[in-house]
Amino acid sequence: MKIGTPREVFAGESRVAMTPESARQLQKLGYDCAIEKGAGARAGFSDADYEAAGVEVIGTAAALWKACDIIAKVRQPDEKELKRLSADKTLISFFNPAGNDDGMEIAKAKGANVIAMEMVPRISRAQKMDALSSMANIAGYRAVIEAGNNFGRFFTGQVTAAGKVPPAKVLVVGAGVAGLAAIGTSTALGAITYAFDVRPEVAEQVESMGAEFVYLDFEEEQQDGAATGGYASVSSPEFREAQLAKFRELAPEVDIVITTALIPNRPAPKLWLEDMIQAMKPGSVIVDLAAERGGNAEGTVADEKVVTGNGVTIIGYTDFPSRMAAQSSSLYATNIRHMMTDLTPEKDGQVNHDMEDDVIRGATVTYQGEITFPPPPPKVQAIAAKPKETAPVKTPEEIKAEEAAAFKAQTKSQITLLGVGGALMLLVGLYAPASFMQHFIVFVLAVFVGFQVIWNVSHSLHTPLMAVTNAISSIIILGALLQIGSSSAIVIILAAVSVFFAGINIFGGFLVTRRMLAMFQKS
Amino acid sequence: MELGFTTAVYVVAAVLTILALGGLSGQESAKRAVWYGIVGMGLAVAATLIGPGAGLWWLSIILIAGGGTIGYKLANGVEMTQMPELVAGMHALVGLAAVFVGFNAHFELGNVMAMDDSAKKALEGFAALLAKKSQAEINILRVEASLGIWIGAVTFTGSVIAYGKLSGKVTSAATKLPGGHALNATAAAISVACLIWYLSSGGLLPLLILTVMALFIGYHLIMGIGGADMPVVVSMLNSYSGWAAAAIGFSLGNDLLIVVGALVGSSGAILSYIMCKAMNRSFISVILGGFGGTTGPAMEVEGEQVAIDADGVATALEEADSVIIIPGYGMAVAQAQQNVAELTRRLRAKGKTVRFAIHPVAGRLPGHMNVLLAEAKVPYDIVMEMDEINEDFPDTDVAIVIGSNDIVNPAAQEDPNSPIAGMPVLECWKAKQVFVSKRGQGTGYSGIENPLFFKENTRMFYGDAKASLDTLLTKIS
Repeated sequence: MKIGTPREVFAGESRVAMTPESARQLQKLGYDCAIEKGAGARAGFSDADYEAAGVEVIGTAAALWKACDIIAKVRQPDEKELKRLSADKTLISFFNPAGNDDGMEIAKAKGANVIAMEMVPRISRAQKMDALSSMANIAGYRAVIEAGNNFGRFFTGQVTAAGKVPPAKVLVVGAGVAGLAAIGTSTALGAITYAFDVRPEVAEQVESMGAEFVYLDFEEEQQDGAATGGYASVSSPEFREAQLAKFRELAPEVDIVITTALIPNRPAPKLWLEDMIQAMKPGSVIVDLAAERGGNAEGTVADEKVVTGNGVTIIGYTDFPSRMAAQSSSLYATNIRHMMTDLTPEKDGQVNHDMEDDVIRGATVTYQGEITFPPPPPKVQAIAAKPKETAPVKTPEEIKAEEAAAFKAQTKSQITLLGVGGALMLLVGLYAPASFMQHFIVFVLAVFVGFQVIWNVSHSLHTPLMAVTNAISSIIILGALLQIGSSSAIVIILAAVSVFFAGINIFGGFLVTRRMLAMFQKS
Repeated sequence: MELGFTTAVYVVAAVLTILALGGLSGQESAKRAVWYGIVGMGLAVAATLIGPGAGLWWLSIILIAGGGTIGYKLANGVEMTQMPELVAGMHALVGLAAVFVGFNAHFELGNVMAMDDSAKKALEGFAALLAKKSQAEINILRVEASLGIWIGAVTFTGSVIAYGKLSGKVTSAATKLPGGHALNATAAAISVACLIWYLSSGGLLPLLILTVMALFIGYHLIMGIGGADMPVVVSMLNSYSGWAAAAIGFSLGNDLLIVVGALVGSSGAILSYIMCKAMNRSFISVILGGFGGTTGPAMEVEGEQVAIDADGVATALEEADSVIIIPGYGMAVAQAQQNVAELTRRLRAKGKTVRFAIHPVAGRLPGHMNVLLAEAKVPYDIVMEMDEINEDFPDTDVAIVIGSNDIVNPAAQEDPNSPIAGMPVLECWKAKQVFVSKRGQGTGYSGIENPLFFKENTRMFYGDAKASLDTLLTKIS
């Protein structure tokens, strides 16, 4: 089958959904690749680069849509593009299905299969095709760069011969992927970075990126972000007030504000209000990454940079990834390529559109003339693991009862053992002569002491224990010593040999033990 | 010297021996405990030499000194990795000594019985003791002496075989003569018959046959036990040598021999029991040899072994925060403990958490790994036991398996038909990444395929453990 990528028709869009590198990988999956003439030009990939990678360059968009079975593109397709679909074609693109009923209707009428890249479920396995994250990462980085471009001072504090420069203070609102990328970039540039998010569980991630998490003085059971697929949800009015109060307090201090707060399927919440903008210092910059959904700051104009009366610059660009087209194209093309890998389990160049697969099912919005949006919740729930359920705490009564039971069982077994042992002992005593019994008592006591003592020996010392018991077992030498004074020659010889052997063992055993023990040391 | 004095010294020696064993409960107190043992032994020998009943003391001292010199050289010359063999070999000496002493008791008894009453009165020492015995006591003495000889003989051949297996001179596989346990049972039955015969006749022949039977049992029993079970065997033989000493103590009427023999015997028995428990095997099945028969076909192992080179391991280690090293017998064989210690030092210097996970039966002796790591100056507070560390594997970035196999075999948990099913193992496969340093693709000591090597997060770092670590150390500064 053939995969084709047309030139993006959206005004100002520089990205392209296929790079020469991704084309090479797609060919390994068994696909032929095609690209519309000049599609990669604005992202820095020339037609010659594509041809060198074995990609067919097709002159017009119409011819490309006609020639290819799979169309991969970046932006949501317009009506004209959708009309080019047919029942045997698959479209992979951003699609905004929640706000694009008309588009879905057309795709359904045409019978085409559409995979919406923003619908890729947020589960671990699908991260490699999560285009939203890879684009958000770029947006976060670029937001800091744009802010720096419009900010008249250093990010990092410096003490120079020409005077002291204070470090810039950056506040990042919303610690999603974009927010975390912005935090990372900002701290890397040397700014003091604060971050806020309604999900307190991300504080750790924020701190890991080198920023300070802004905590609210607010007592409320907050909804766990993990339950909503890692996205923030709408907060209560009281919480919102506490949040705004905190921002009001921060506004006069911060130089750069980067807002990334989005709630799925809703207009962006207004978090940076007019009075906060007024409170900011002249020359401060606000970058509103939520501009496409109306903006987090009051006064944001989508796709424009505005300067307020008190000299605060508000940047409302919505095309940050497109502004870094080379980077974003290569990441997006890789996401597409991973999607194709999942769609082609056999690596034979044939799409296997498996609607049983969580990831593919989740991302598919129209399939064989049916609208399949919204998808059922994925079977695998996994952004953050559920907090572990703590083991039920035992009541003191239960513990007591258990202890008592254990004690009883122990007593029982001990008494049984003692009883059996005592009976055996009596039996021996009935028949054995007294001189034997004397020794026998000593023997039994020694065995008992041995049992008691050895249980406590620590595991790491078992080898020294063995060596030392080995040395001690050469106590047999006493027997030989007692016999060596005999009048019989053979007894003397045997006893002498025994003494000799035992002598080896005594010295060898103890020395080895000492050598071993001398090595144990604490750090 | 008076008997009372000797007995008093014996009491002191016995107490010191108990303290020596008890002191081994901690690393620091153990150093002191060994001295208790040495002093106790010294006192016992000295008191016996100067006490009643001993003769030819100059010969004894020469012999002890001679043996001592050899023992000293052996102990100082031996590599730490050869410790198991040495211990096993020295058990053989004790076993043989017990056999000789037992025979002496028999000869002495014969001599004394042949004498008339006036000659008996002139006797002294051990012989005098024998002379006073009644018939019942003589019979008991004969049982004791034969018991001592029998156990001693089993200990002797068993230890020789164990030494051979540990040093690689005898095949480590479990081999049995045709007939298997029936042979052992027959030999044991003949031994009992010989004992009865000996009691009634008092002749030398039944005693000799009994000894030969015991020698055979010792040989055959240990030949039938696989190399992986050698730790249990060594500690079991240790226990036997103690019982032999105790039996001899009875026949000689020497309480110190009884006490110390019983201490050694019970401590060895408990140690064997602890080890069997660690392997989740019954003591009987270990003693009777080899792994029990499997109940069904072993699980098919899927996947392939993926190899990795030193660069790959070095990169992974640089990125890891927490590392757990699992040493096994392979590390001992390759003498790689110094390299492992050096790797640990370097990783720790970089602020990484490095710990060691020691399986209770890693190596060929219990605590074998601890000794080797201690020799290489790995601090003992980062050396953990299985129970202490097994739960930490899921939070560990890298687990390095160096020359272990069966103790990290997931089949023990996953495959109910595996010969080692149910044996507790180190769950290293739960770490994010596992590197296995291994000589080749062969199976371990027990000859069981290890699914760990085929797991997705496992990479095989082939080669001699020492050479591999040498190359690895050049990549990690």
